Amino acid sequence: MTEQRHFVDIRHAQKSYGSLEVLKDISLTVERGQIVAIIGPSGSGKSTLLRAINDLDPLTGGEVWLDGVQVNKSLPHRQYEKHINAMRQQIGMVFQHFNLFPHLTVRQNVTMAPRLLKGISEKEADQLAEEQLAHVGMLERIDYFPSQLSGGQKQRVAIARALAMKPKLMLFDEATSALDPELVEEVNLVMKKLAEEHMTMIIVTHEMDFAASVCDRVLFMDGGVVVEEGPPGVVFRNPTQERTRNFLRKHLEGAK
Amino acid sequence: MDIELMMRVWPFFLKAAWVTIQLSVLTTILGLICGASGAAARLSRLGWLRFLGAAYVSLFRGTPALIQLFILYFGGPQIGIQLDAFEAGVIGLGLNIGAYMTETIRGAIVAIDKGQREAARTLGLSHFQAFRKVTLPQALRLMIRPLGVNINALIKGTALVAAISVIELTYTAQRYIGSTYKPFEMFFLAGVLYMIIIYGTGRGIAWLDRKVRIV
Repeated sequence: MTEQRHFVDIRHAQKSYGSLEVLKDISLTVERGQIVAIIGPSGSGKSTLLRAINDLDPLTGGEVWLDGVQVNKSLPHRQYEKHINAMRQQIGMVFQHFNLFPHLTVRQNVTMAPRLLKGISEKEADQLAEEQLAHVGMLERIDYFPSQLSGGQKQRVAIARALAMKPKLMLFDEATSALDPELVEEVNLVMKKLAEEHMTMIIVTHEMDFAASVCDRVLFMDGGVVVEEGPPGVVFRNPTQERTRNFLRKHLEGAK
Repeated sequence: MDIELMMRVWPFFLKAAWVTIQLSVLTTILGLICGASGAAARLSRLGWLRFLGAAYVSLFRGTPALIQLFILYFGGPQIGIQLDAFEAGVIGLGLNIGAYMTETIRGAIVAIDKGQREAARTLGLSHFQAFRKVTLPQALRLMIRPLGVNINALIKGTALVAAISVIELTYTAQRYIGSTYKPFEMFFLAGVLYMIIIYGTGRGIAWLDRKVRIV
């Protein structure tokens, strides 16, 4: 079972809270440079699955592999902490509520982790911050505090913060769900740009149009299982499962 | 009101106020040490430490501070703890206010959104790094005002050590009443001095709070 073929390889992921099983034997593979969207109703387990990948929500069963290394290895506590911290440096994550550090400037938000974990100099850190912030179009706000930014700007900074660690994989947990509708586009544009640069991404989203336009593959989850999986053209236009059709119909109605 | 008498005893009251200030400062320092340790214990991963922290808080918040002082000062010698009145006052009040500060500090730490910790851990920071760089700086800002409330209570609480004959403001007032029979003037003087100390401290806390506030 140690053979590793896929870049991201989730094998028989299972998660329970007491008697409540939120992930039921889910397997998922993602190749380098691929973009996978996970859609589904709330409570379907999609965020839990995403958060299992960097072990924020540890699985109760199954394995997560990234680039040939098992993320959720069983190790003694202290060794595991070391291992998981090293793994997390390679996995960027973007949250629904941005979670920028409010006591730090935009610059410091971006440079804190690289300075602390990679021991780079202040000059290198500044350069890194400028580079990453320019990438998301936030360079002119480099010395602002998060409270002085709009939601869309905060999320772009959060993306720059994650990218500054040069991750191999980016996880997006409903990155645009907390944004005002008119601010969604600027974040989507940044994500599209990452897609064009072949960043490997797993995206939990409620935005079907966006998922359809950037993703290589879509997973529809419901009740802790993957109901349907395939290219966006198939899942969105010709879903084979009744549950997928119901979800999409409700969702499109809701969007109108 | 016998103003002339008040003018005469004023220098002695000032001296007593200085003792009250010393008591307050030392008690605050000890209280903060106890509070930080108590909060660390209450938030520990280890069950027995959490229990110890909780026991400390309920013991010292669940009994009158005066009884705690009496046990320490009068009961102490019976179990081999010999302290002079001032020392007993600082240690007794410090342990007492430390229990309240434990809850203040713990409250500020748990009030920091868990998304902050998650974002830090996701970047690869260790548990300790996330605490030091992300949770603590925000919690410190959050705890300044409520700690100010604790310190306000503590300053007024120093009046209790008059009961174990520490020669501070309240004790001094009582002593001069004994020789002058003018309780109104003496307690008025003491009250004014307490108010000045508390007002000054309050302004200091407010200044600190403004200074570190996040934009």
